[in-house]
Amino acid sequence: MEKNPFKMLNEEVKEVNRYADINERIKALINSSKILLFMKGNPQQPMCGFSANVCAMLAQMGVEFKSFDILSDEGIRQGVKEYSNWPTYPQLYVNGELIGGNDIITEMYHSGELETLFKK
Amino acid sequence: MEFENVKSLIKNKIPDADVTVIDLTGTKDHLGLEIVSNEFTGKRLIQQHQMIMDILKEELNQNIIHAVQIKTMTKEQKEKQNGKESL
Repeated sequence: MEKNPFKMLNEEVKEVNRYADINERIKALINSSKILLFMKGNPQQPMCGFSANVCAMLAQMGVEFKSFDILSDEGIRQGVKEYSNWPTYPQLYVNGELIGGNDIITEMYHSGELETLFKK
Repeated sequence: MEFENVKSLIKNKIPDADVTVIDLTGTKDHLGLEIVSNEFTGKRLIQQHQMIMDILKEELNQNIIHAVQIKTMTKEQKEKQNGKESL
């Protein structure tokens, strides 16, 4: 019983922290690798054709990248969409900057722009 | 959604845009859009696409348009493409 006020207080603070955490977590994720892919599933088992397509292009180019499965975390899934002002997945980040989803990455892959970007 | 409405939404925001709308599924809600405008000059592809997504935000949120496939280019890029095609 005597724990109750503390619990209430913690819950309030927790909400604030959780909100701050999401953006911090997103930033940390984006900066955790030169190339980071937010996708559905993982490169070994993509859960969406577009995610699979982007993984295949990156594998073809032989670049190292990290991925994050947005199906595993609803907070991140919603948070990244707002963070980037981009409504869909996959999302590819290079050097902390959103480069594009499947359409853009496919276009840049074929034009050679993607390779140029990775060399920077 | 009627294609003319999509075109005028975009042209209201980007007056010099040449907009081509293709019905990808025959259901008028999966749209292929090609937008040619000099407003895109010097912008990254992601920024070009974001400009278009912002214009269509309401329609996408309300699911009047379910999905869009966007292709953006500057007038110069379009001319180059046309040149290649005629070769």
